[in-house]
Amino acid sequence: MNQNSSFVEFRNVQKSYDGKTLVVKDFNLSITRGEFVTMLGPSGSGKTTCLMMLAGFETATYGDILLDGQPINKVPPQKRGIGMVFQNYALFPHMTVAENLAFPLEVRKLGRNVIKQKIGNALEMVELGELANRRPAQLSGGQKQRVALARALVFEPKLVLMDEPLGALDKNLREQMQYEIKRIHENLGVTMVYVTHDQSEALTMSDRIAVFNDGIVQQLASPATLYEEPENAFVASFIGENNRFSGTVKSLDSDRCIVTLDDDDCNIRALPINITGHGSRAILSLRPERVVIDPEEGSLPNIFKVRAEGVTYLGDHIRCSVNFGQRHQFIIKIPNSEQHPVLKPGSDFRIGWAGRDCRAFNA
Amino acid sequence: MNEMVARTDTLNTLTADAREFEGKALRAQLARSTRLEKAKALLLVLPLLLFIGVMFIFPLADMMLRSTDNGPVAELMPDTAARLLDWDQFTLPDEATYAALARDIQTAQKERTLGKIATRLNFELSGIRSLLTKSARKLAQMESSDESWKQRLVQIDQRWGELATWSAIKRVLPSVTATFYLSSLDLAYDAKGEVVRKPPERAIYVDNFIKTFAISLGVTLSCFILGFPVAYLLSVLPTAKANLLMICVLLPFWTSLLVRTTSWIALLQTHGIVNDLLVWLGILSEGNRLDMMYNMFGTVVAMTHILLPFMILPLFSVMKSIDPSFMRAATSLGASPFTAFIRVYLPQTKPGIAAGSLLVFILAIGYYITPALVGGRTGQMISNFIAYHMQQSLNWGLAAALAVILLIIVLILYWLFNRIIGIDKLKLG
Repeated sequence: MNQNSSFVEFRNVQKSYDGKTLVVKDFNLSITRGEFVTMLGPSGSGKTTCLMMLAGFETATYGDILLDGQPINKVPPQKRGIGMVFQNYALFPHMTVAENLAFPLEVRKLGRNVIKQKIGNALEMVELGELANRRPAQLSGGQKQRVALARALVFEPKLVLMDEPLGALDKNLREQMQYEIKRIHENLGVTMVYVTHDQSEALTMSDRIAVFNDGIVQQLASPATLYEEPENAFVASFIGENNRFSGTVKSLDSDRCIVTLDDDDCNIRALPINITGHGSRAILSLRPERVVIDPEEGSLPNIFKVRAEGVTYLGDHIRCSVNFGQRHQFIIKIPNSEQHPVLKPGSDFRIGWAGRDCRAFNA
Repeated sequence: MNEMVARTDTLNTLTADAREFEGKALRAQLARSTRLEKAKALLLVLPLLLFIGVMFIFPLADMMLRSTDNGPVAELMPDTAARLLDWDQFTLPDEATYAALARDIQTAQKERTLGKIATRLNFELSGIRSLLTKSARKLAQMESSDESWKQRLVQIDQRWGELATWSAIKRVLPSVTATFYLSSLDLAYDAKGEVVRKPPERAIYVDNFIKTFAISLGVTLSCFILGFPVAYLLSVLPTAKANLLMICVLLPFWTSLLVRTTSWIALLQTHGIVNDLLVWLGILSEGNRLDMMYNMFGTVVAMTHILLPFMILPLFSVMKSIDPSFMRAATSLGASPFTAFIRVYLPQTKPGIAAGSLLVFILAIGYYITPALVGGRTGQMISNFIAYHMQQSLNWGLAAALAVILLIIVLILYWLFNRIIGIDKLKLG
């Protein structure tokens, strides 16, 4: 077995439910052994459909899905040996926790002692040893989640799929479970494919993230790359917070361009990503935290006068929306450091940013 | 030190008392605050409560009393009743009793109450009705003579010289009787007043209870076998199609029971559509037409059709609430679709199966009209006998006793059901 070859592979996969529109259009993805890959996207973007095709609950209308080099399009779900955690946990309500965990082992006809030992190990892994005889209805949301996870792992699948598993949990528990899942992933070295619409969850946990929109993978990259170097306007706006302007390209170099904004004749220097040429339409994207307050004259290519409109205190940072030319709702984030500038609504000040921090995409 | 401990103890008891007092006060407060709500709720259910009280509980209680009520004989034959009170039942009664009987018969004849006496006594010993009317007629014609009343009565009919006649009269004198229950269980008193089994040719009720039980079980089973797949289909179809199918399921409710039952007759009788079709197709020869109507088979088929919705609806409501992800989870864990169905899906439908079966079985066990129409001779159920005794033989006591036994059987079933499955797990839709 070649370690470098891909473990899971989608090749030109398409899916249509009604025979008219494609929910998934030409999906390609290759996942290596032990990787944690997240499919991230708004609802209806096709990410869950892709997961269901991998699990075997949906059939691809075109293309191949390969697991360990073997095409699995025609393999029924129970023969694929893929563990799965469902959004609503899908714990069998008429069985105890231990019986739920025993289920995949019993259908594999393992010996009673082996089953007992494996259940013990699995419960220990999710720290629920004392709840073996409870029924799902007697568990809290977080406990159910752990049991579902343990059940998907207890038969030692090489691949585990998770369909928005933390969606029903409250914020604190969700964060705790994110680390828990990450820890288990690292300990077991199992390959995980995770579906979520929560970008912070995706950024925290994943080795790589596939951003879905409109049935197409918009970008497949590591969390840092996605955030720092989005490849198109959708990824830039979907991941993290953004200030967006639209305008026309006035001049274009290989690493620099000037865009004239639509509503006033303000010129902004930006980094061209996929700009096609002079005179084309462009969308500019600027992260709020990359905006510098009161820069020295001439120290940055883009410096503008603004007026503060609303200031919101958010604990770790301060969020300020400013009036920039004709545009309202221009967002700045100021970290809550010791000497952070005090902004008051109505006060005038200057802001600026570096050309490479403002990314220009083809509109 | 000890003093200290003692003081803390008293303190503790004090606070405990205070707490208890506070608890009581709180309860009282709660009761006050919810009193109005409770009164409103009571007002809402009051009409139904009254209706149930008057229309259900009262007749039910009346029926139960009637099943042990011995009837008016003791009042209508007061002298005989008084004389027979300490009769030993081993020898024929004395002359005074015969005299009292003759007097009572003559009085009853005059006051036109003899019919009532005769009817009641006839349930104890058949033929006693004619004996009484004959005696009354002869006594009226008889001139006074020196013969004792005993001689005269035995002359009129020698049955007056038999112990069985007298013990039958004695049995109807106490205010309560077990006769009707004994009859319901194919038992009777013999001449000596001992309980014995009825001869096989007259024992019908126990067999019929068993048959009623078997028919109900058969109907429940057929409803389950036919209804389960339909309920499953209903639960997985998209709403528009499911609604259409649901209308088909409910259609039987919208047509007259009588029409539906008669249409089964048209279908299944010897010269009905099914038989005609089979003969026409050459599957059956003209002489071998199937008997599908006016027997147990016809009863089971027609009742299954009528009771099917009562199985489908609870099943459907339970299946609707089973998330499809359970089956997906089971297959993702390695179970074949069959194993997943047996081990994951089926157990979750248990409350629906239980509710549907209980409903169908209890409705079936007391069913009347369908067996009456299509049951013929072998497809009659216990309700048909109850109706017969209410309307034809006018033996209301026996009808009541049969009904009470049926009620007890249903209650026992209900109790068993509650023990095994738990009534709180029922889901009726």
